[in-house]
Amino acid sequence: MSTRLATGGRLLDKSRQLKFAFNGKQLRGFAGDTIASALLANDQMLIGRSFKYHRPRGVVASGAEEPNGLVGMGTDDSFEPNQRVTTTELYDGLTASSQNHWPSLEFDVGVINSKLSRFLPAGFYYKTFMYPRAFWKHVYEPIIRQSAGLGKAPKHRDPDTYEHFYAFTDVLVIGGGVAGLTAARAAALTGARVMVIEQTAHWGGRAPVDGGSVDGQPVDTFITEIVAQLDAMDNVTLRTRTMGAGVYDHGYVLGYERVGDHQPGAAGPRHRLWRIRATQIVTATGAIERPLSFAGNDVPGVMLASAVRDYAVDYGVSVGDRTVVVTNNDDAYRTAITLKKLGLDVPAILDARVTAQDSPLMTEAKGLGITVMMGHAISSVKGGKRVTGVAVCSQAGEGAVLKEIACDAVAMSGGWSPVVHLWSHCGGKLIWDEATAAFRPDASKAPTGATGEGFVLPAGAANGVLHLGAVLADSDVAGYAAAKAAGFTPKKPAKAPQGNAPDEAQMMPVWMMPQGAGYDKRSKAWLDYQNDVKVSDVQLAAREGFESVEHAKRYTTLGMATDQGKLSNINGLAILSDTLNQPIPQTGTTTFRPPYTPISMASIAGEARDERFQPLRRTPMYDWHAENGAYWEPVGHWRRPYCYQRAGETIEAAVAREVTATRESLGLLDASTLGKLMVKGPDAGKFLDMLYTNMMSTLKPGRCRYGLMCNENGFLIDDGVVARIDDETFLCHTTTGGAESIHGHMEEWLQTEWWDWNVYVANLTEEYAQIAVVGPRARDTLAKLTGDDISADTLPFMAWADITLGGMQARAYRISFSGELSYEIAVKASEGRALWDALLAAGAEYNATTYGTEALHIMRAEKGFIMIGDETDGTVIPQDLGLGWAISKKKEDYLGKRAQARSHMTDPKRWKLVGLETLDGSVLPDGAYCTADGTNDNGQRNVQGRVTSTYHSPTLGRGIAMGLVLNGPDRMGDVLEFPKVDGAAIKAKIVDPVFFDREGEKQNV
Amino acid sequence: MLILTCPVCGVTAEETEFHGGGEAHLKRFGPGSSEGDFHDYLFSKENPKGVHLERWRHNNGCGKWFHAARDTVTLEVYGTYPAQTSEPPQDIKDAISAKRPGWTWRDFS
Repeated sequence: MSTRLATGGRLLDKSRQLKFAFNGKQLRGFAGDTIASALLANDQMLIGRSFKYHRPRGVVASGAEEPNGLVGMGTDDSFEPNQRVTTTELYDGLTASSQNHWPSLEFDVGVINSKLSRFLPAGFYYKTFMYPRAFWKHVYEPIIRQSAGLGKAPKHRDPDTYEHFYAFTDVLVIGGGVAGLTAARAAALTGARVMVIEQTAHWGGRAPVDGGSVDGQPVDTFITEIVAQLDAMDNVTLRTRTMGAGVYDHGYVLGYERVGDHQPGAAGPRHRLWRIRATQIVTATGAIERPLSFAGNDVPGVMLASAVRDYAVDYGVSVGDRTVVVTNNDDAYRTAITLKKLGLDVPAILDARVTAQDSPLMTEAKGLGITVMMGHAISSVKGGKRVTGVAVCSQAGEGAVLKEIACDAVAMSGGWSPVVHLWSHCGGKLIWDEATAAFRPDASKAPTGATGEGFVLPAGAANGVLHLGAVLADSDVAGYAAAKAAGFTPKKPAKAPQGNAPDEAQMMPVWMMPQGAGYDKRSKAWLDYQNDVKVSDVQLAAREGFESVEHAKRYTTLGMATDQGKLSNINGLAILSDTLNQPIPQTGTTTFRPPYTPISMASIAGEARDERFQPLRRTPMYDWHAENGAYWEPVGHWRRPYCYQRAGETIEAAVAREVTATRESLGLLDASTLGKLMVKGPDAGKFLDMLYTNMMSTLKPGRCRYGLMCNENGFLIDDGVVARIDDETFLCHTTTGGAESIHGHMEEWLQTEWWDWNVYVANLTEEYAQIAVVGPRARDTLAKLTGDDISADTLPFMAWADITLGGMQARAYRISFSGELSYEIAVKASEGRALWDALLAAGAEYNATTYGTEALHIMRAEKGFIMIGDETDGTVIPQDLGLGWAISKKKEDYLGKRAQARSHMTDPKRWKLVGLETLDGSVLPDGAYCTADGTNDNGQRNVQGRVTSTYHSPTLGRGIAMGLVLNGPDRMGDVLEFPKVDGAAIKAKIVDPVFFDREGEKQNV
Repeated sequence: MLILTCPVCGVTAEETEFHGGGEAHLKRFGPGSSEGDFHDYLFSKENPKGVHLERWRHNNGCGKWFHAARDTVTLEVYGTYPAQTSEPPQDIKDAISAKRPGWTWRDFS
């Protein structure tokens, strides 16, 4: 069993006992524990079920690489799934529960999958759920959905806060082990600004566990002193609990700080996302121990040798009373020696190597009375929910059992892989190191920055250097080199710390244990614990032709779980290489992508939630709308009233009331959000002739013209009324959503194509408030506020004039988007509210009714006016919409003209705009397609048109719609069928798109 | 995330302050051009592995368009220059040549 030792635990504060719960069981731990160490101290080895086969699983590792130890934490609004027990610090009152089992962790019916594992091979989903096609939606998808996903998504709103920090530094050191600290000091002594981030709560990494000495002192002492020295330097920033999540272009780094995870309820944010710009980066990210692939290497109690050592030294936890060590390298001997010295039993060290001579660590182990069996391996692990023993065999053979050893833990080591993730994120290349059988950074192919020079330097174990002495020397050089590359030189030469540790014998790559393991062993030798990928799966993938490492990964899901293959990557590609009979470097690695370990979505959002999610643009009349029942509709960053709801009134009733009141008497619309672009200069007319499809240069000052704008592909992108202010000045109205993009469009052409034209464009959208005064009583209302002549003769339709209105300087454009007598009045934004109030007062006797965007839409649809974004979708040209009258035949050129002459654009089969009138008066569904005879190649019904706008018209008392229909304008009176989602169909007749006041008598009075 | 210097206002800023605008030094083909020329103008863009001349707009800054000479593999920025030119200036070409002798991009070298 696993238990807390009487002594030890360098990270624990045994004076502070903490209570926590696991699956409802009340347990105790100490301050300084992780969930993993506290569970092990309470003999809770079984902590989860595997994803596919639901096999019992226990903790394998002691850090970020842990594949099995994922739990749901908290309850209700603090619930969070998939928290890693090895990296989550224990706190008082913590509650955790295991995942992926039903009905309980101890008894899980999903384990049946394990019995069926022969029938659930690599690519099982792809092979099984292919045919028949009819099963895709209603049979296969529900099955797959049911079994997909690890953990459960939280259902509550997150009550915690999150934030972003921005930081700039000359040298960023990622990793606060002895390598990172040494590199940081070397860099800091040059005067460079240095920032060091460490993912755990402790400085020094695993060096204190591994032993050795620095400058004649214990490693712990060295760490204490160097941290104190760095802490005292003004140019150094130290941050624990901050993970280097990703390295990006030009020295951009994301750091993920877990500020509050270990102290829930404390003030401040829970997580903090650091957005760091570093001139140079040192990756001192250490190395991760590899598992060995033997049958039953996933039975709870089989752990990485380094993790067994960590739990003993750091947390005072013995994983088992009798631990068999199995290894291909010297490092695991440290685990055996540590356990033995703590008084625990180590029945044997099974070393796959055969060496001519004992290394110092072998000698020490043997001196302690530990049996060392060279050339030996594990044939299989005994036990189900807990290791009960191992069957020993020769590494060289097929696994014939030589003897069995009873034990309750197995410490395995397959060698060490440098953590090259951060080096690789931005393009750093790797080389295969034969001596350590690992990929390490290729210093000659570093990621390059803006100058074309490398900006990342690996240091220590992350650089493939494992011996303490070499680690310190390497990282001292790396730290200095980084500072130098950032432009700093040392004021006085610094002395590198001297590390001392025993020399180690050469490791031997062991990718399969034993060497000649048969299928029954290979199919129980796990590579990826979390996604349940075994040696046999990778071999099957290779046989089936998934030879590229990226293909094999996706076919088998190797390395695709939340641990991203930190344990399985090298072992998996070694098996793949072996199966393909090619060297490992030729197979290569999969791509390392950020983040290094999962980061919370909330930290990415940071403060950007609720009202801070994005800026809100308010018109000058915003407050009035809010106080008068506005039902808001977001339009870009603006918020516009969709309608104004009165007490007891439905949305539909409000909209109908607004339309009717406007058509019968007087409506007021806040049109301030419309884009207003001033185009000025001697070449302004020439410029607008290129931008609009129609002729603008011939427009007379004082007059307005409706214009269409296309892109160079010929597609309609915006429309609006252009008013000519004077010879050299035009005011171009754009759609609300188009103001910024059309401004950018104009600037693009002026700056990059016609830069010699004398034209200047200014976006005046927010300078003016604009109010549409609409309806038969519009002129009467304005007349009450002005002494200027606004009669039909002086200010006719499509003219504008500067007038004084209620004492304010105003510009009145006589334009109409409703078909009514209509003026759009622009005043300075600061006077918008005053004018709005004045118009409401003056119009009171005419039942002045404010209307929103929906009434606006209905009235324009009744008149057959198109709306950008409804009738257009980026594939529609003006010719499709019957707007040929607005396309100049005289102009030699305009943007889109050449494209509109292409064969597809002139195809008579393009769908064209028509009105649609339902036979029963109902409203067509938006976006509905009308069917045609026959089916296409996919067996779907052919279609011959679609609905682009559809409303209930209060004016006509029936549904009206516009749509694009094949040969539509030539088929007036034809009846089309529009199927609805429920399978029924609505019949609609093709009619003229102008439903109301076809002659324009109402607007032209 | 790249760092670029706007040659118009002189500000050096993060990529989020700019907006990429595709290939630089486009020659516009309008009415009267052949199908082939017009098609290539619209759709056949340079997509090199290496030296690239591209358009950017300082859209969260001074609003001006400019050109960048950049390496799509090493992410090196050889220089930025105003958009009001039909070919890269000599100092930019020299800066590229210093690092990538023998480079070509469309008709430039």
